[in-house]
Amino acid sequence: MTMIAYFFFGWGLFFMVFGVLGILRFPDLYTRIHPAGKAGTAGVLSIFIGLIIYSGFSALSLRIVLIALFIVITSPVASHAIARGAIESGIEPWKPGKEND
Amino acid sequence: MSPFLLTINILSATSFLCLVRIVMGPTHFDRLIGLNLMVFNITVIIATLAVQYKRYVYLDVALVYAILGFVSVIAISKYLTGRELHK
Repeated sequence: MTMIAYFFFGWGLFFMVFGVLGILRFPDLYTRIHPAGKAGTAGVLSIFIGLIIYSGFSALSLRIVLIALFIVITSPVASHAIARGAIESGIEPWKPGKEND
Repeated sequence: MSPFLLTINILSATSFLCLVRIVMGPTHFDRLIGLNLMVFNITVIIATLAVQYKRYVYLDVALVYAILGFVSVIAISKYLTGRELHK
């Protein structure tokens, strides 16, 4: 059972590392929201599934389920708020001819 | 090195890389994206430490940290909406 949990840890770390690399490497704000919103949530969920499998199914692992549910609900809301604020304050999307910053 | 310790080390490194994006982001919203992902990383670090040392009180700390991060991201993005601060 612990090997399955360690497998989920490695899977979540894969998502987390590539999400952060996407934040560092993508050229624009609107493309950076994509790894921050999706890869971050996938990494958090995978590591939390691993923690639930490791600690057994009890009332204590229900608390981990609560944190995971909260993150699943609030991560798209935060990404949407950031994107809406950016486009209302006049930041233009990146086009392929433009210089990276 | 145990897998828990490896997980915590790698997540510390990725939260430091998020800090790099917070420092050198060209606009303020880039800094908000880095803050959002760093809050996720640190929540996972706290939950992993709580399960490893069997101190389940720290899961409440992780939940409160996630709530505070979400509320701060929403508040800062509503504060910056419609302002010409990025030039």
